[in-house]
Amino acid sequence: MVSAGLINANPIVYEKKERRVRAADAAATFDEYAVEPIDQLEVFDHIRDIKDPEHPYSLEELKVVAEDAIEVDDLHGYVRVTFTPTVEHCSMATVIGLCLRVKLMRSLPSRYKVDIKVAPGTHASEAAVNKQLNDKERVAAALENPNLVDMVDECLAPSYC
Amino acid sequence: MDLCDRNMELREIETLEGHTDRVWSLAWNPATATAAADCPALLASCSGDKTVRIWERAPSSTRSWHCKAVLEESHTRTVRSCAWSPSGKLLATASFDATTAIWENIGGDFECISTLEGHENEVKSVTWNASGSLLATSSRDKTVWIWEVMPGNEFECASVLQGHKQDVKMVKWHPTMDILFSCSYDNTVKVWAEDGTGDWNCIQTLDESSNGHSSTVWALSFNAEGDKMVTCSDDLTLKIWGTDIGRMESEDNCGPWIHLCTLSGYHDRTIFSVHWSREGIIASGAADDAIRFFMENKDDLVEGPSYRLLLKREKAHEMDINSVQWNPGEDCLLASAGDDGKIKIWELASST
Repeated sequence: MVSAGLINANPIVYEKKERRVRAADAAATFDEYAVEPIDQLEVFDHIRDIKDPEHPYSLEELKVVAEDAIEVDDLHGYVRVTFTPTVEHCSMATVIGLCLRVKLMRSLPSRYKVDIKVAPGTHASEAAVNKQLNDKERVAAALENPNLVDMVDECLAPSYC
Repeated sequence: MDLCDRNMELREIETLEGHTDRVWSLAWNPATATAAADCPALLASCSGDKTVRIWERAPSSTRSWHCKAVLEESHTRTVRSCAWSPSGKLLATASFDATTAIWENIGGDFECISTLEGHENEVKSVTWNASGSLLATSSRDKTVWIWEVMPGNEFECASVLQGHKQDVKMVKWHPTMDILFSCSYDNTVKVWAEDGTGDWNCIQTLDESSNGHSSTVWALSFNAEGDKMVTCSDDLTLKIWGTDIGRMESEDNCGPWIHLCTLSGYHDRTIFSVHWSREGIIASGAADDAIRFFMENKDDLVEGPSYRLLLKREKAHEMDINSVQWNPGEDCLLASAGDDGKIKIWELASST
């Protein structure tokens, strides 16, 4: 899929944000049994290093995901991630969205409800992509497809560079 | 039984655990639905763990369930839907592996006696007609197949119905007539009937222009009389539809279905399952982990029927609820299943 010509041959690459130490982590020694609410930064940390399906860059470096495009309501167990495809006709948008969903499925407690959306106006078939990414039956079926799972796992694999 | 004027409460009777992945669908065996001593109730459940489980209630008891059988090694992917034949002897299971399996209960053991192939990809739903002579399946390949049950447990494809523009989430036969209903990711509900020469055609499409849903329609259910239908959707509404059953039976099957009312503002996330009880209570299961119960307002018929929320149980499951099913024989006994892999048995009763 990747070899057959790139969707976006020359993406703009942005600098990674410096990693902040979360206040909660710094205070962890104070009371290790305290309930630590999940916040925007924690969710961002889970997804910032996901690799783009066709470039050796992270979703953060391509500005596909950003901390302020994440909404978290810890009390109600709700997370919404709005991502921005690099080009309007990006056929990788559903794969990227699937990577985001799988990563958060594996990282967040199961009580969390997660919505994944394309940023309004950034994709030609925004409604169709959103509908597919939030249909859990289609997501479940997709994740039983070995080729697709390989592709997702590749994007989620830790990078060693 | 008159439930209208009472305060209702929902009692949790039992939690059934065993599936190792989300439970997608449930089916009560219609022949064993009552708590007769010689005929213990059976409930089938199917899951993302690729198995089907058969649960049996201890005779003459409302509690004490156990897993009687695990049906495995027939499906290689998620089992999405299951349905008992009206006689209760056969169980059909539809899977993402593109097949539908037919299981026969032989002295308490379940044997796979037939595998129906033909769909291009994931089968999402299976349903038997009232007489048990026809089976219907629906798939991500956008088609609905009608299968004729032949002597010797042979199943023959009688028709392939095309018309939906996207995957077909659920198929359901009318409770008394051989009319088939399908609902889809394309936001529509389609009504299918046989024209007298063996050909099946779409006789009606309920879409947004006929006050239908604006997103995926996940499920539908009929009232006991078969003259009303409820549909549930990703658009966070339930819709009630009605038809003139007399005209439907006497004329040409074409008695149209008309939108009666929309129940909006009650659900916060996708509604995956809806089921209408014999007593007229509509149960819904949704992605907000809650089960809700609705009933018709009998005193408010001036502006057409309206429905009110009878009861809402928050956190009925720890995760999304995928299926709610009333026991067909016993009043107010409900089974629910969710992404948490659990099945729960509930009793809706008047509070004392």
